[in-house]
Amino acid sequence: MHFLSNLLETVTPYYTIIWFVLVGALFTGYSMLDGFDLGVGVLHLLVSKDEERRIFLNAIGPVWDGNEVWLVVGGGALFAAFPGAYATVFSSFYMPFILLLFFLIFRAVAIEFRSKEPSPLWRQSWDILFAVGSILSSFMLGITLGNLTRGIPLDAEGEFMGTFWDLLNPYSLFMGITVVALFAMHGSIYLVMKTEGALQERVKSWVPYLILLFVACYFTFNFSTLFVSSHLAKVVFSRPWIFGVLAVDMFFLWKVWSFVKKGKELIAFLCSCIMMALLLATFGLTYYPNMVLSYPHPENSITIFNSASTPKTLGLLCIIVILGVPMVVSYTTSVYWIFRGKTRLTDTSY
Amino acid sequence: MEVEILARIQFAFTVAFHYIYPPLTMGLGLLLVLMEGTFLVTGDRLYHRLAHFWTRVFAVIFSIGTATGIVMEFEFGTNWATYSRFVGDIFGSALAAEGVFAFMLEAGFLSLLLFGWDKVGKKTHFFATCMVCLGSHFSAIWIVVANSWMQTPAGYHLELLQNGVRTILPPDYILQAADIGHVRAVIDSFWEMVFNPSSLQRLCHVTFGTWLAGSFLVISVSAYYLIRGRHRRFAEASMTIAIFLAAATSIFQSISADATARGVVQHQPIKLAAMEGVYKTEPYTPMNLFGFVDTAHHKVYSIQIPGLLSLLSFHNIKQPVPGFDQLPSDAFLAARHPGKSPQELAALRPQYWPKVQGVFQTYHIMIIFGSLVFGIAFFSLFLWWRGWLFRTDSFLIRLWLFLLVFSVLFPQICNQAGWFTAEMGRQPWIVYNILKTSQAFSKKVSSDQVLGSLLLFFAVYSLLFFAFLYLLNRKIQHGPDDPEEDPEPLEDGEHNFLYQLVMGSDSSRSSS
Ligand code: HDD
Ligand code: HEM
Ligand code: HEM
Repeated sequence: MHFLSNLLETVTPYYTIIWFVLVGALFTGYSMLDGFDLGVGVLHLLVSKDEERRIFLNAIGPVWDGNEVWLVVGGGALFAAFPGAYATVFSSFYMPFILLLFFLIFRAVAIEFRSKEPSPLWRQSWDILFAVGSILSSFMLGITLGNLTRGIPLDAEGEFMGTFWDLLNPYSLFMGITVVALFAMHGSIYLVMKTEGALQERVKSWVPYLILLFVACYFTFNFSTLFVSSHLAKVVFSRPWIFGVLAVDMFFLWKVWSFVKKGKELIAFLCSCIMMALLLATFGLTYYPNMVLSYPHPENSITIFNSASTPKTLGLLCIIVILGVPMVVSYTTSVYWIFRGKTRLTDTSY
Repeated sequence: MEVEILARIQFAFTVAFHYIYPPLTMGLGLLLVLMEGTFLVTGDRLYHRLAHFWTRVFAVIFSIGTATGIVMEFEFGTNWATYSRFVGDIFGSALAAEGVFAFMLEAGFLSLLLFGWDKVGKKTHFFATCMVCLGSHFSAIWIVVANSWMQTPAGYHLELLQNGVRTILPPDYILQAADIGHVRAVIDSFWEMVFNPSSLQRLCHVTFGTWLAGSFLVISVSAYYLIRGRHRRFAEASMTIAIFLAAATSIFQSISADATARGVVQHQPIKLAAMEGVYKTEPYTPMNLFGFVDTAHHKVYSIQIPGLLSLLSFHNIKQPVPGFDQLPSDAFLAARHPGKSPQELAALRPQYWPKVQGVFQTYHIMIIFGSLVFGIAFFSLFLWWRGWLFRTDSFLIRLWLFLLVFSVLFPQICNQAGWFTAEMGRQPWIVYNILKTSQAFSKKVSSDQVLGSLLLFFAVYSLLFFAFLYLLNRKIQHGPDDPEEDPEPLEDGEHNFLYQLVMGSDSSRSSS
């Protein structure tokens, strides 16, 4: 306990930075985990046999619900550490978030319902809903991320001045597509790990195309950022080591493919996770210290300094994290360990 | 104004819908622990089947609870942005603790609970069940603490932040309209915040309410099986455990209800006046059993027991319960409206009252149905003790079981009505005596957006509710996986429920 209080005392000046990193880490955790099960949903309609679709669903069956919790916890942490940012983000992105919620709900319902009747029409309808729900949830997340990158119009009080339609600008819509591609790629690598035989070969054959698709989207997106958000472009060039992180990131992406080819499926998936983490890290490194970039009035931006809770609360949150996170990590990994291995259909399956 | 009303309707609708499911998760979670624990201790496979079947029901409830819960968390930011900025420093830590300690725990072990029957040993599985149950109770703790802080704020001070300069405001500071957006509540003491004056009582009350909801779900489904003559041994065992829990909880809940109500007497006298429609302060204040408030003429038409409210509130039959003629106090009004004459101040009183009719009615619905719940629990326990409860050859017993089939609704009604009492009685405040609800909604969200999303919520939640009933019904019709020892009567299903209610099922005739 004494050690703990000493530790907290030394880090007090850095609380806002720590929480910037931690909130980022939670959303990274979310995209790594829910990313693959959303991705499986994006790919769902690419296989057509009922048994194959069931394998897809059961591959994510025991974990998707738990993965979604990361979104809840990320949102909670944002609320706690940066209430100002939480309030602005959620009220600005009112419609995208409400739609995200609906798509997540549809998706959850589809997973539960699909297996309940054997009729092909029934199952196909839920399959479509599951896939569409997954695609559009990912798309909404992408739109949000795109707008945050570009900046949204904020007034001096930190309130959004635009409308829903302003959020649907081409740049952000394109980011939506990029995120769908990213999740599809990540999901396909997860599926390689969870499937076997002919189905696995099929999934494997998708991987290079998905990687290429994502890389193409990602570079187009980054390139257009230079034009759309001159502010961020300046930041990137003033922090050139970001390019280093990006290079490491691309290295891991390449490794993903080579491990998939070699049949080292678990390592391939872990590389894909690291790749996602680094991707968000480059975003965080560029975005710091902003929480919500204001455009065209950058002086109205919400930053980690003007939106943070008091040091007292941030310290409390640190204690919560120090106590909670080791537990969370230990049982999350145990659960993944217990459910490791190829997905086989049994009578408790969906 | 319109955004405010719509945002409130949306919040009320979504949270009330959410609150159908968590009580079942928590109550059923506790029952799962009891069932699986019994299996571990006795080794009787029957209890294993119990746990197995109820886990499947649990899964359905849980997934809808999660889906609707995420909506709630987003809504603070989407609809109540100003509120979120104001209380984030305090409310946020409770919500974050909930996420880390409760939801992660629940979600982590849920997959083991649902899919792990053959993957891990029975002790590990039991451990997972306990953790899921614990996790769901943790979520209740943090969310109720946060809500109780809004009812009885403690352990904080207000802080003004303007042009980058922080000023600490005095404890008796009264928020002005111009402060909105610049003043926030800041935490002083975490433990004072957590143990604010109302949280312990309300936490107990809420928790017991969830146990009742869970027990009555089990009671209701078991009663259905008994009337239909299906899965008899299974149904009897489930029913027995649930009735014991329900009866025990009824005792706890009566004690806790009294404590909760006296908390209100002490900390929110205006809410109490609304709950009982006390307009005039007078000795021997009566308690109403049921009735109607004439809000225009400040009168209550009801069946009353004189002196009972005084007795329950103060343990003194004579002491008057403060009524709306004195509430809020002159000092409270004078501080908020400086320079007004006493007459003008008195005329301002009603703007600090909640909607009396709504609070009064929901409160009495809770009490009426609550008493019904306690009565049903004890009478069922009595029938069980005399060995009569499962004698389905008797028409009267079948009739009682028929009532039990519907009893699942009663604790749910109490839970909903209780929240409506608590929340409507808090109005016009969102944080009691500090921030008004009308100051708290998102400024930049338009009424079209809120209305549009509200309509979408109606549509999606109707679908969700239908989905829930469909899935639940399927699980119930499918029933537990019965082994050899409990053969299904072949003709089962030929007769409809009503026929079996009146005539008895074939298996119930033969088993007597
Ligand atoms: C099965 C559930 C259940 C049952 C049987 C009862 N209640 Fe209740 N009640 C709740 C479930 C509930 C609740 C949903 O849990 C509430 C809502 C908010 C809260 O703290 O608890 C609540 C609130 C609540 C409040 C308002 C607390 C506040 O505003 O802070 C009072 C005064 C009572 N209850 C009193 C009673 C009495 C006198 C009962 C006697 C029959 C009773 N309750 C039965
Ligand atoms: C314990 C966690 C809860 C918290 C933190 C909470 C918080 C809030 C907030 C922020 C509002 C909006 C402002 C307002 O209108 O007062 C609200 C309103 C409301 N809540 Fe709660 N709530 C909680 C649980 C519930 C539950 C479980 C229910 C019902 C089942 C409920 C019923 C309502 C209703 C009906 C309103 C609207 C009342 C009105 O505005 O007149 N609340 N609550
Ligand atoms: C405004 C109030 C509320 C908010 C913001 C809220 C938030 C949430 C969220 C985000 C989830 C999903 C967690 C997950 O993904 O696992 C959830 C589920 C849950 N909530 Fe709520 N909640 C509220 C009211 C309540 C109340 C009053 C209780 C109990 C007293 C409660 C108990 C639970 C439980 C037990 C779960 C677990 C899942 C389930 O059983 O449905 N919640 N809540």
